[in-house]
Amino acid sequence: MTRFSAWNVIKNGLNNQKGWDRQWQDCEPKDQYDVVIVGGGIHGLATAYYLTKNHGIKNIAVVEKGWLGGGNAGRNTTIVRSNYFQPGNRQFYEHSLKLWENLSHELNYNVMFSQRGHVSLLHSPSAIDAAARGYNTMRLTGSDAEIWGLKKLKQKIPHLNYNVNARFPIMGAAVQKRAGTARHDAVVWGFARAADQRGVNIIQNCEVVGIKRDKGKIIGLETSRGLISCKKVGFSAAGNTTLLWNMAGLGELPIESHKLQAFVTEPLKPLLDHVVVFGVGGAHFYISQSDKGGMVFGGDLDSYKSYAQRGNLPIVQDVAECATSILPCLGRVRLLRHWSGTCDMSMDGSHFICKTPLKNLYLNAGWNYGGFKAGPSAGWYFADLIANDRPDGVIANHDLKRFERGINIDERGAGPDPKLHG
Amino acid sequence: MIRIQCPFCGERDHSEFTYGGDGSIKYPALNAPIKDWLAAVFHRKNIRGLQLESWHHINGCRMWLLVERDTVTHKIESVRAAHIDFQKILKV
Repeated sequence: MTRFSAWNVIKNGLNNQKGWDRQWQDCEPKDQYDVVIVGGGIHGLATAYYLTKNHGIKNIAVVEKGWLGGGNAGRNTTIVRSNYFQPGNRQFYEHSLKLWENLSHELNYNVMFSQRGHVSLLHSPSAIDAAARGYNTMRLTGSDAEIWGLKKLKQKIPHLNYNVNARFPIMGAAVQKRAGTARHDAVVWGFARAADQRGVNIIQNCEVVGIKRDKGKIIGLETSRGLISCKKVGFSAAGNTTLLWNMAGLGELPIESHKLQAFVTEPLKPLLDHVVVFGVGGAHFYISQSDKGGMVFGGDLDSYKSYAQRGNLPIVQDVAECATSILPCLGRVRLLRHWSGTCDMSMDGSHFICKTPLKNLYLNAGWNYGGFKAGPSAGWYFADLIANDRPDGVIANHDLKRFERGINIDERGAGPDPKLHG
Repeated sequence: MIRIQCPFCGERDHSEFTYGGDGSIKYPALNAPIKDWLAAVFHRKNIRGLQLESWHHINGCRMWLLVERDTVTHKIESVRAAHIDFQKILKV
């Protein structure tokens, strides 16, 4: 495969762009693989990539029922950050952010990671205190965090609504400077290309329709493109995890599928060079500007459980109200598109990367709102789990049995209700 | 917008309601084994298709309802009052 380099860009510029190869092969499924990953999103492809790179496993397939990155990888607001508080989550997301920082070089593919800073607005002295506590904790894990006063915030982002008579006047912000955004498709394509280069078979339009078991083991996957037998299987299927779980005959999961919308406006000239988050008094809103100029933003879940990948209108209104309350200048901007993904909301708002009741089946699920930023790290630790058949210390409590042990990894303290972990 | 036929108020927008979650959960007795409580609190069928769920008409009559709804098409098959005594009075 032709590497992306300054030399190759110049050479192909003179050569009518004829020197580039296919980015990845369109593989026919083989009869047998050492590892099959179900789900061709960021997580599944990253897992395949790190299985070959970190663990030297060769015979791997990623099966995807649609096209690569057509699920939640293509249905998010592309925010990358590591401002988590709970033990385990903190280390996990910080590891992910470090992987993001070198991802374009690692994959030889520009994922357009832009560390523009993540600014969470604060609206009361107690919110500032709580943020300071959280951010001090983050710094203990080697992450970066700071609190901005009103003066600095006004210098950095002058066009927020600083009206002192606002319902929730802005009093400062909690900031993670290393956080930012990335180009969602590029991340998927970059991992796919790098995994393919290392010999991973990427099989699209290949839906798993049944699972063949021999007692406590999976022996093969029945797919729309024939039977694939495998030594180990990893599920990385986000909102559809329950369906696979049922096919494997494994009962219930601590997961519910809900839908989350995201929005983009018509392109504007450069307006906002940070990620801004507004969350107070029931409002929940996050916004950034894409390189194309569109304002990309999102808000709450659609309130009820659903597998439909389409959003409802009350949330459109809710999000538009949030947008105009902190950025009144967006009042006349037109919405271009909105879309919705099926999120695997877990009972405590944290993920599962763990072994399962079946000996050779591994699970990566329960990503709630946080799957995009977690992608590289999820692939890293999931690959480690599959290769070594034991969880790394960082994900030791991110298993399905943590509730049985009385452990909740609940960032928001919202309790066992999936729809509240936004 | 989903429209819910509230047996007390008539047909209303879903934005008047709060979603309660899986309506098929039967909470075990207080002295039931911990395993039963674990299942009731943490484990979900997460049905893709027709499921029974609870809704609270928070901006209406404030009554809890049991709704049968398809989680793919969002089509509602039936709505009834959650409380057994109201079901008897309303005969639904």
